[in-house]
Amino acid sequence: MERERTGGMPSVFATEVIVGLIIVALGAIVMWDSVRVGAGWGPEGPKAGYFPFYIGLILVGASIVNIAAAVVQRAKLTRPITERHQFVLVLRVFIPAALFVAVIPVIGLYVASVFYIGAFMRFLGRYGWPLVAAVAVGVPVVTFITFEIWFLVPLPKGPLEEMLGY
Amino acid sequence: MDDLSFLMHGFSIALEPHNLMFAFIGIVLGVIVGVLPGLGGANGIAILLPLTFAMTPTSAIIMLSCLYWGALFGGAITSILFNIPGEPWSVATTFDGHPMAQQGRAGEALTAAFTSSFVGALVAVIMITLVAPLVANFALKFGPPELFAVQFLAFASFIGMGKEPPFKTMVAMMIGFALAAVGLDTVTGQLRLTFGSTELLKGFDFLIAVIGLFGIGEILLSMEEGLAFRGRAAKINPKIVWQTWKQLPRYWMTSVRSSIIGCWMGITPAGATPASFMSYGIAKRVGKDGSEFGKGKIEGVVAPETAAHAAGTSALLPMLSLGIPGSPTAAVLMGGLLIWGLQPGPLLFVEQKDFVWGLIASMYIGNIAGLIIVLTLVPWFAAILRIPFSIIAPIIIVICAIGAYTVNQAMIDVVMMLVFGVIGYLFKKLNYPLAPLVLALVLGTLAETSFRQSMILSQGDLGIFWSNWLVGSITLLGVLVLLWPLFSALRARVAPAR
Repeated sequence: MERERTGGMPSVFATEVIVGLIIVALGAIVMWDSVRVGAGWGPEGPKAGYFPFYIGLILVGASIVNIAAAVVQRAKLTRPITERHQFVLVLRVFIPAALFVAVIPVIGLYVASVFYIGAFMRFLGRYGWPLVAAVAVGVPVVTFITFEIWFLVPLPKGPLEEMLGY
Repeated sequence: MDDLSFLMHGFSIALEPHNLMFAFIGIVLGVIVGVLPGLGGANGIAILLPLTFAMTPTSAIIMLSCLYWGALFGGAITSILFNIPGEPWSVATTFDGHPMAQQGRAGEALTAAFTSSFVGALVAVIMITLVAPLVANFALKFGPPELFAVQFLAFASFIGMGKEPPFKTMVAMMIGFALAAVGLDTVTGQLRLTFGSTELLKGFDFLIAVIGLFGIGEILLSMEEGLAFRGRAAKINPKIVWQTWKQLPRYWMTSVRSSIIGCWMGITPAGATPASFMSYGIAKRVGKDGSEFGKGKIEGVVAPETAAHAAGTSALLPMLSLGIPGSPTAAVLMGGLLIWGLQPGPLLFVEQKDFVWGLIASMYIGNIAGLIIVLTLVPWFAAILRIPFSIIAPIIIVICAIGAYTVNQAMIDVVMMLVFGVIGYLFKKLNYPLAPLVLALVLGTLAETSFRQSMILSQGDLGIFWSNWLVGSITLLGVLVLLWPLFSALRARVAPAR
């Protein structure tokens, strides 16, 4: 029922609680690991886990307060965290970006940029091919000149650059 | 007046041709990143930082700090012409700046904004010139307990003064500390929170966090808003500038008040954003015709811009003199110092005179140059915003990826950048502040070291933070600031009863 009102998106309340619980878990992990390396007092002074243990403790405590605050204000937090169409827009940026990062090790950053910028402009921006080609090729070329030639900072390269002798 | 001769020496360094060139590049890049969505001062510097490793630290800090001034100037352009605050501290500038642009007074609003920014920065730089050496000199007496107390005060002010819910600020901060703890513990040599992963050995790099949280996170958020930029044309010419300048002296009270608010909020790490809001609010309240605010009143541009720039600039004071950055951007700059092999803090003023005074001198030059550059080039900068988002977004993501990769030449960092981007997006949606996370990540190791050294001194007794008047008063101030939300909640509860 709640789903219908929020268009399938989780409500602010649900997101608050989920994020809060993840943070509690995170704090617990930090505490657990601190105890593992020793959270007490050793011969040389405070052990490695001494400081992080309290960090974890505060993390758990503060997050529980946040969850409690969300529960108290529950009635005010029923709106969806984001509208469905907005979320689609966000995914439209994020998924191509993730793909872009995923293919960098295979084909190199420069070639990946050509495809990424090109696809983004063509399919999301609906630009004509000449402009798409100009920007999608131009930006990586400028980047290449700046980084590899001018600043001598190597970026990930793939088979194409190898073929060209870099 | 030793400091004056040091300052003059600093000017001779900052005015060297190559340093002037770096200053110019820094400002232009800064305005561009300030104008673009998804790039701002903090991650602009983070992305550029790896490219400065080959420069001398002085040239590098001049370029990067000028980028910061440029970003501060750039925020005003988008706020006034497009009603889109490029930076959080320019939100208050939109209130009157955009109405002015709608009335065809964009040139006037921009001139007022840039000039006020300049005035705010100038006041802050003069303050830094006079106060920083004294603070540094004083701080030389600090031992580990004092140092930790000051760090505690810095973090407490985030919790107490921030506009986000205090416990959310606390969570963000502790996540920063936890991330800072990952990797090799430098004292005992033990591995913490790595869970057998070799990639986590070196810990989390704050630059990656900054690029992800502020860069990718911001892009995702901007995308959500659909982004149809509909801006006003920027017409600016010497006549408009001159006419506006003739009006501005009338608002000298506002300028003075806003500069003071800005300097204060910048030193205590509350930051430029609350400073600009507070300054706007006070100007509105004490102004003779407060109801005219929000309809395009020039004073409504002067107040927030002066305060934001004063705060942004004075955020460098605690970074230089105490090693505690007052803003995320200052934190990134401080991270740069560490990478260049300089230890931020009071010793900087003793051991790295060229660096410190060169930087301070470049603040004067950078802001004068910045004012001239933005006044003359504003139409070009505004044109950048007319480039559609579907072209600019992938380019920004590519730039962020390059920035993340070049930090350690590692692919895992680019993946982490995306993860931080999602965290940044979620945190923004849920009103968790990002600045404390970044600050804690940068300061984590330093804070832990000073805490542990204090504990060794006192054999584990927390009383060491009250052991003399100096450390005691800093700690007390920290506790008071920390509990401030509690006081104000109590007061709010008492007030309606009256």
